[in-house]
Amino acid sequence: MSKQYETVIGLEVHVELATRTKIFCGCSTAFGGAPNTHTCPVCTGMPGSLPVLNKKVVDYALRVGLAANCKINQLCKFDRKNYFYPDNPQNYQISQLYLPICHDGYVEIDTAAGKKKIGIHEIHMEEDAGKLIHDEWEDCSLVDYNRSGVPLIEIVSEPDMRSAEEVIAYLEKLRMMIQYLGASDCKLQEGSMRADVNLSVREVGSEKFGTRTEMKNLNSFKAIGRAIEGERARQIELIEEGKAVVQETRRWDDNKEYSYAMRSKEDAKDYRYFPDPDLPPVHISDEWIDRIVKSMPEFQPEKQARYVEQYGLPQYDAGILTGSKKLSDLFEETTALCGKPKKVANWLMGETLRLLKENGQEPEDLQFSPKHLASLIELAEAGSVNNQVAKEVFEQIFAEDVDPEAYVEEHGLKTVNDTGLLEETARKVLENNPGPVEQYKSGKTKVLGFLVGQVMKEMKGKANPAAAGELLQKLLSE
Amino acid sequence: MEIKDMTAVQLSAAIKEGKITVSDAVEASLAAVRASEDAIHAFLLVDEEGARARAAEVQKKIDAGELTGPLAGVPIAIKDNICTKGLATTCASKILQNFVPTYDAEVITRLEEAGAVIIGKTNMDEFAMGSTTETSAYGVTKNPWNTEHVPGGSSGGSCAAVAAGEVPMALGSDTGGSIRQPSSFCGVTGMKPTYGTVSRYGLIAYGSSLDQIGPVAKDVTDCAALLQTVASYDAKDATSMKRDDYDFMSALKEDVSDLKIGIPNSYFGEGLDPQVKESILKAADVLKARGAEVEYFDLDLIDYAIPAYYVIASAEASSNLERFDGVKYGFRAKEYEGLHDMYKKSRSEGFGPEVKRRIMLGSFVLSSGYYDAYYLKALRTKALIKQEFDRAFEKYDMILSPAAPSTAPRLGESLSDPLQMYLGDIYTVSVNLAGLPGITVPCGMDDKGLPIGMQLIGDCFSEKKLFRAAYTYEQARGAFGQPEKR
Amino acid sequence: MANVISDETMEYVGILAKLELKDEEKESARQDMQKMLDYVDKLNELDTSKVEPMTHIFEMGNVFREDEVTNGDDRDAMLANAPEVKEGQYKVPKTVE
Repeated sequence: MSKQYETVIGLEVHVELATRTKIFCGCSTAFGGAPNTHTCPVCTGMPGSLPVLNKKVVDYALRVGLAANCKINQLCKFDRKNYFYPDNPQNYQISQLYLPICHDGYVEIDTAAGKKKIGIHEIHMEEDAGKLIHDEWEDCSLVDYNRSGVPLIEIVSEPDMRSAEEVIAYLEKLRMMIQYLGASDCKLQEGSMRADVNLSVREVGSEKFGTRTEMKNLNSFKAIGRAIEGERARQIELIEEGKAVVQETRRWDDNKEYSYAMRSKEDAKDYRYFPDPDLPPVHISDEWIDRIVKSMPEFQPEKQARYVEQYGLPQYDAGILTGSKKLSDLFEETTALCGKPKKVANWLMGETLRLLKENGQEPEDLQFSPKHLASLIELAEAGSVNNQVAKEVFEQIFAEDVDPEAYVEEHGLKTVNDTGLLEETARKVLENNPGPVEQYKSGKTKVLGFLVGQVMKEMKGKANPAAAGELLQKLLSE
Repeated sequence: MEIKDMTAVQLSAAIKEGKITVSDAVEASLAAVRASEDAIHAFLLVDEEGARARAAEVQKKIDAGELTGPLAGVPIAIKDNICTKGLATTCASKILQNFVPTYDAEVITRLEEAGAVIIGKTNMDEFAMGSTTETSAYGVTKNPWNTEHVPGGSSGGSCAAVAAGEVPMALGSDTGGSIRQPSSFCGVTGMKPTYGTVSRYGLIAYGSSLDQIGPVAKDVTDCAALLQTVASYDAKDATSMKRDDYDFMSALKEDVSDLKIGIPNSYFGEGLDPQVKESILKAADVLKARGAEVEYFDLDLIDYAIPAYYVIASAEASSNLERFDGVKYGFRAKEYEGLHDMYKKSRSEGFGPEVKRRIMLGSFVLSSGYYDAYYLKALRTKALIKQEFDRAFEKYDMILSPAAPSTAPRLGESLSDPLQMYLGDIYTVSVNLAGLPGITVPCGMDDKGLPIGMQLIGDCFSEKKLFRAAYTYEQARGAFGQPEKR
Repeated sequence: MANVISDETMEYVGILAKLELKDEEKESARQDMQKMLDYVDKLNELDTSKVEPMTHIFEMGNVFREDEVTNGDDRDAMLANAPEVKEGQYKVPKTVE
């Protein structure tokens, strides 16, 4: 009989904080600038430059730590992590090893077996590295320091997870919490949230942990799931063959669904951490902590309950809407404008999510303004546009945040409420379709839909289908 | 009086009175540089064109009454580890050849606002690592008093330039004595201020927790004037301190009657040149005669300062110097195979032996398994040394000591035995470990005609007391003289 | 107790520090390091068990920057110092195998 194995997983999650400027200098953190245009002597490691800490970074790190039930090191320090790599301009990264800002917390996740606490070992602040691009043409690499010095927090979990499902639940929980805190947009694909997976296997019942490996380059929940399955299988195979698992860092290639060891004899992995003499320790007062605790936002579970209570939404809808900070913000702002929560919910859960999925985007990528969605809902409610047109217009709002009123006007999409014209068209349709008219009169009232469709077609989609239906019914009963 | 013989403050006064122009002052300095450089080699770069253009600008501002400070129009030399926008800054290292900063150090901005005129960049030990200015990649600087001797280091170029009369004043930097020791060897006055008094922004770091920029000048008055010009709280340097009082010149009074001066017994034992000892004790007598209370006392732990210092300074240096890698600026090796080889070759060819020695030592003491035993041990020792000084300053206003155990050694004598060279830092390194201010004032000559300097060490933030005592001594001593004119 | 510095240690430190000594430099570098560490061992005479390591001389309050963009684009001036540049980026030997 084959042995049963248990997977033991701990995560190191890096989150880019939503500050305007970098952690140690006044350069912008904005995405998409031309290479090296958001750099200065500090974040390119010019000699003589010195780091000065961005207060907002500490504030965000505290928010996340307190939301994750952490203890706070009210005296925390920055350390230098020394290693040579071109994306690291000083060849040391300023991070926190000895006294990280937060430690010993937890978050609670839902699993098939009920609620489970995942321990947070620590959260520390550090700076991001630059970007390296491989230039195939010249067989060299090019360095862009625009991301160098962007603030990160690294959230290190305890090895408390046992499956890919738990890992994903934990990540989703963290992501939602951080988004709710406004500390980061946590986009995996853009790299503003990144997870390294530490994984080992052991025989079920064993007290001792197996040798773990660390897996990097996981940029979607799917990749994380596949990498965990792949690594678990690889380690079990090694053990079954009587070979040892080597403690190492592996890089996951999601296309090949295979990981390979990142090893170089030129890297000793001895980071020679020591306290950074350029940065005085950070003191976090009780008042600072109190202020943050008092300003904690309403998190997902409370918000979901409130949506049910206040807006009369079904649990399911409230759950989906509050599953993303961006979606819930849009919901609340749009509802405040148009006063139709159920309609707003329908638009967000239906068309919005459909289009996001089609485009491979996340709710955090949404760009349209609540004002435009509200005005579209009002247009539809007033019967000024019919459903079909409304969907078309929404696609434009989704893509380019157009003003629906102007758009409808400009493209002549307004429902024709000229009853004379409608009646004239309806009569023409009845006249041209004697067959269906007969069917209707003989009791097959379903054909009404067909007739309405014909009216819509005649009027190039600009009729109000409900009005057309009523009118047809009236004319047929004459 | 000839321009060359004027102090900085005298020069600026003469300019303001219209007796001479800024241009006269700058031309006199450039002429002195031309006359001395072949023999001394204090400068790595002389910016004649820039200095002349600047002289004209400064003159206009002085005429318009916009510049009224004590250093307006005065030529100055800058140690080459201080970044100057548009002017090559090399740290006397091959690895920074052709590096032209795109930014000024904060002290340069201060000097420009005060109307000083930068003449050029001075030679130094490579990355300020050394005590003789012989580890420079660009040739040695010679002592103006006797060109067969070293000027000391690492700010040897700055001190030699002032001693030779090439400039009336200069900026140096002091990590373990690099202003005070060469000031002693060159017969000039130099101060290392309390840590955090002068912004380190733009000072290319050696040991970040120890480095301070400070003044090198002909006399105590100029030293105070230069320090009050460059000292400031700077938001760009997180270790910079806000001080209540930057008016150091107001301390220049002849009065030591309220001061209690301690002389550590342990500083006058084995290893101290008898002529230096005699000269320093005479200087102490002068202060006593002027009314100071002078007393011998026991200052412990002095033997531990050097090992603690070299562990801490080398550890920080090993990290600070990682950025010199051939990627963003400076030297990149011509031939290499791949990234890591490029790093190794660029750094091995770009750094000199003393710098490599300290990087290796620093990397080792921080490496896995040795961090506690060496690095943390050194930081704990530093805390004990600080406590020892705290106790001393409960009893004394200042400590009087030599700046170096001997006068300037001959060229070529020091580098063969690094440890022996490090031991020469015995009187200076503990001051940096404890963040204290220290000033060196010339107090005598040995029988070889080489200057001897007395060091006064104060408690943190007590620069004004030091200036007052140094000024009082200087007035009693009288003119110190200058190296023989060539 | 002095640590004995072996050739392997020197090799290892060379990897950490990215320094490659010539064969003729190696032995004297090893001896220098050994001498220096033997000398540093003097610190072991001190009982420091009750002393906290002192990383910063002064107790200071917090030193922070506000989160405001203050830097513009000075790319071309900075890149002018780089040994090799391509398309606004620092050019280095390829970093992937």
